Amino acid sequence: MTALPLVLTVFVACAVEAVEALTIVLAVGLTRQWRSTFQGLAAALVVLAAVVAVLGPTITLLPLTALRLVVGALLAIFGLQWLRKAILRAAGYKALHDEASAYLREVAAAKSAPVSARRGVSDWYAFTLSFKGVLLEGLEVVFIVITFGDNQHDLAAAVVGAALAVVVVAVTGFVVRAPLSRVPENALKFAVGIMLTSFGTFWGAEGAGVTWPGGDAALLGLIPVVAVVSLGYTAWLRRRGRSAAGADRSGPPARAPLSETEGVTG
Amino acid sequence: MLRSLKSFGAFWYDFVIGDDWHVAAVIVVALAVTALLVHVAGVNAWWLLPLCAFAALGWSLVRATAGKSR
Repeated sequence: MTALPLVLTVFVACAVEAVEALTIVLAVGLTRQWRSTFQGLAAALVVLAAVVAVLGPTITLLPLTALRLVVGALLAIFGLQWLRKAILRAAGYKALHDEASAYLREVAAAKSAPVSARRGVSDWYAFTLSFKGVLLEGLEVVFIVITFGDNQHDLAAAVVGAALAVVVVAVTGFVVRAPLSRVPENALKFAVGIMLTSFGTFWGAEGAGVTWPGGDAALLGLIPVVAVVSLGYTAWLRRRGRSAAGADRSGPPARAPLSETEGVTG
Repeated sequence: MLRSLKSFGAFWYDFVIGDDWHVAAVIVVALAVTALLVHVAGVNAWWLLPLCAFAALGWSLVRATAGKSR
């Protein structure tokens, strides 16, 4: 694989996470105060940089087969999680992630919290919320950067993809001074889920000892297959949902859709 | 201290495994079986992991939507 697909895959995956982190930072910064918000943001970035600096080179010390087996398994599991949520959202069984309403929830919570100074930070609430938001979303970015970068022996290209995503999202967010609610988040997550699952399956199986027909070119066949299967599941769930809704009209009332409470991803 | 360790473990469980541990279990078992087929039986079972991943995803979706309307 050349550097461009690696950079693009990491860019899209990290852009999704950056949009979610931006929503939290904007809500806290505009409602509370920017100084403590930026302190929280900077502290989280320092922790994330330390994680990359320690984990990135350490993981490369593992033999390639072991690395591909472990990283492939983790990526496949992680990717299937993303796909599952994206399919449930696309089929209408789970509420779509709405950055505008997430922003309003954060603003309401930030307005009601008291201001208290601690450890040299003038607004501890703004600091901790910004720190946690950036750290949690950033950990997913770090995971993707390290796994993709190390497996392709091109950590620099993965870091470039992630850095570009963060810069583009941050600059756009601070120019419009609003959450990026027009970003088609679920479509992006669907695409990222397909890529993570495909790469994870490819590397995991290689780590287990298989030889893919066609070598690395098999990945170009695997990605569309994962996409078709995922779209097939979505269409099937939509059809099933319509049939159930039709039956419900003549029977008991429908239950509420699954709520937006599951997990840290998505 | 114990509470911190528990919440640290819960975070990583949620981060990696997520909402449905069955999917993770299927992937781990599929990888183990693939390795056995390749190294013990001499079968180049490249097809097993993708098939198991699709089956695990479908199974998880069925369980997540069972008895629920949109």
